[in-house]
Amino acid sequence: MSEVTLVPIRPARRITLPSTLRPVLLGLMVPLLLIGIWQAAAAAHLVAPYILPPPSDVLARFRSELEGGTFQADALASLSRAFAGFAIGAPAGLAFGLLLGLSRMAERLLGPIFLAYRQVALFAWVPLLSMWFGGGEAGKVAFIAMTAFAPSAVNAWRGAAAIPAPYRELSRALTLGRLDHLRLVALPGALPAILTGLRSALIYAWLATVGAELFLDIAPGLAGRLNEGRDKFEVDLMIVALTVLAILGLAFSQLAAALERRSIRWRNR
Amino acid sequence: MTQTLRNRPARLDEISLTPALEIDQVGKIFDVAGRQVEALRDISFSVRTGEFVAIVGASGCGKSTLLRLILGLDTDYQGEVRLDGRRVVKPDLDRGIVFQDHRLLPWLTAEDNVAAALRRSGLPAAERRRLVAEQLKLVGLESFARAWPAQLSGGMAQRVAIARALVNRPRFLLLDEPLGALDALTRLRLQDELARIVRHEGTTAVLVTHDVDEAVFLADRIIVLQPDPGRIARIVEVELDGQRDRSAPAFLRLRDEILDTLGVRQPLRDIATAA
Repeated sequence: MSEVTLVPIRPARRITLPSTLRPVLLGLMVPLLLIGIWQAAAAAHLVAPYILPPPSDVLARFRSELEGGTFQADALASLSRAFAGFAIGAPAGLAFGLLLGLSRMAERLLGPIFLAYRQVALFAWVPLLSMWFGGGEAGKVAFIAMTAFAPSAVNAWRGAAAIPAPYRELSRALTLGRLDHLRLVALPGALPAILTGLRSALIYAWLATVGAELFLDIAPGLAGRLNEGRDKFEVDLMIVALTVLAILGLAFSQLAAALERRSIRWRNR
Repeated sequence: MTQTLRNRPARLDEISLTPALEIDQVGKIFDVAGRQVEALRDISFSVRTGEFVAIVGASGCGKSTLLRLILGLDTDYQGEVRLDGRRVVKPDLDRGIVFQDHRLLPWLTAEDNVAAALRRSGLPAAERRRLVAEQLKLVGLESFARAWPAQLSGGMAQRVAIARALVNRPRFLLLDEPLGALDALTRLRLQDELARIVRHEGTTAVLVTHDVDEAVFLADRIIVLQPDPGRIARIVEVELDGQRDRSAPAFLRLRDEILDTLGVRQPLRDIATAA
């Protein structure tokens, strides 16, 4: 006890591999173990390969898809669809939510109908949307946009409505105009909620992309390949598609979380 | 200097005799869950230009409510609050306010928080920047201009709030228990600071506080309120010339007198003094 070690409360980011890789390695342990069991089960002929092909076959399929360039095209198609829907739905939801959060009148007029709309499961809109917009690209993007709209709107609404009364009082004391109040008080105050909403919208858009590709017309896209795998009874293709969907989805939410952290620097001090 | 002090006396001995702020038979009734609660009853006093008036009383005597009426945040009351003979109907830049919680916007830096008060000033950007810098310097925080509120101590944040309240050169500085949330040492230091700043700016100040020492230290006149409903118990002129020594016999006598009015009994007071 002769020496006192000072431990920083928030340690600077270390570049040494063990400490940064540790959680990653721990997180990979269970999947790797499962893959090992899966491969072993296949090697012992416990499962028929047409029901569950061994990981080695799945990997081979993945490689051949990559070499053919088809998977890249599918991933790109899905991603651009997701972003198109997000780019339409999320800003619209944001504007709508802010309107509801900042105007008592708008909240009374539009709040109930929006809440009613939220009660309808999103997939229930698919038949109607496909009638209006067709089952092609327009219909898919419309569905994704609609899906991204709701979380973006809800969170912006909550965030703007939850500006603490003392801040609104300060706005009045400083005789701020509507625009200044919006810029200096309401928007920054609602920003954490807005970003949470945009993050969910991004994730929802990705989920909706899969839904749209599964339920609407066949088109290039990762979920389209799932349909193809089912129709052709190619389980290896389906597993590859699912894995890529999972990895891209994970990347989405990580990216969104990182953007969110960066945008609220004042909070991190 | 001439610009900063326009239309306002620079020193205490220039207190004008005409009332600038008149509180005329003001009463306020709140509707609390269907019940009528009388917060203020028949409050009348006036504040002269350049004067420092403190309103003291126990919590719940309506002193903060009264300040809200003067600020113009609440216009639903009986009687009248008048500024230069005109009824107050809404907040204006001629009244700056410091709240008990510093109420800085956490997403703005110290200087941007001060600058926010200048949005309606109509001044050019360069002039605003100059005023913000000058005001931060006055409260001794020029080197913290770029700090976020979360990086400031409670006392520093409250100084920024004081700078924000003063940056428009208001005729009236309204202080709603501005030092109430600070620790005892910081509070004493900021009392000195506040006395210096108000004197420097020549602002007319209305301070709401439950700290009798603070009121005696800072004010020219003390309005003592009693609760249920909030009404004036006494108005005390503070005739302590020059330096206010917190341990001078005259200071202590006046403080004890006010504590007696507030119904604080002797033994309790001694304990408080000893602590």
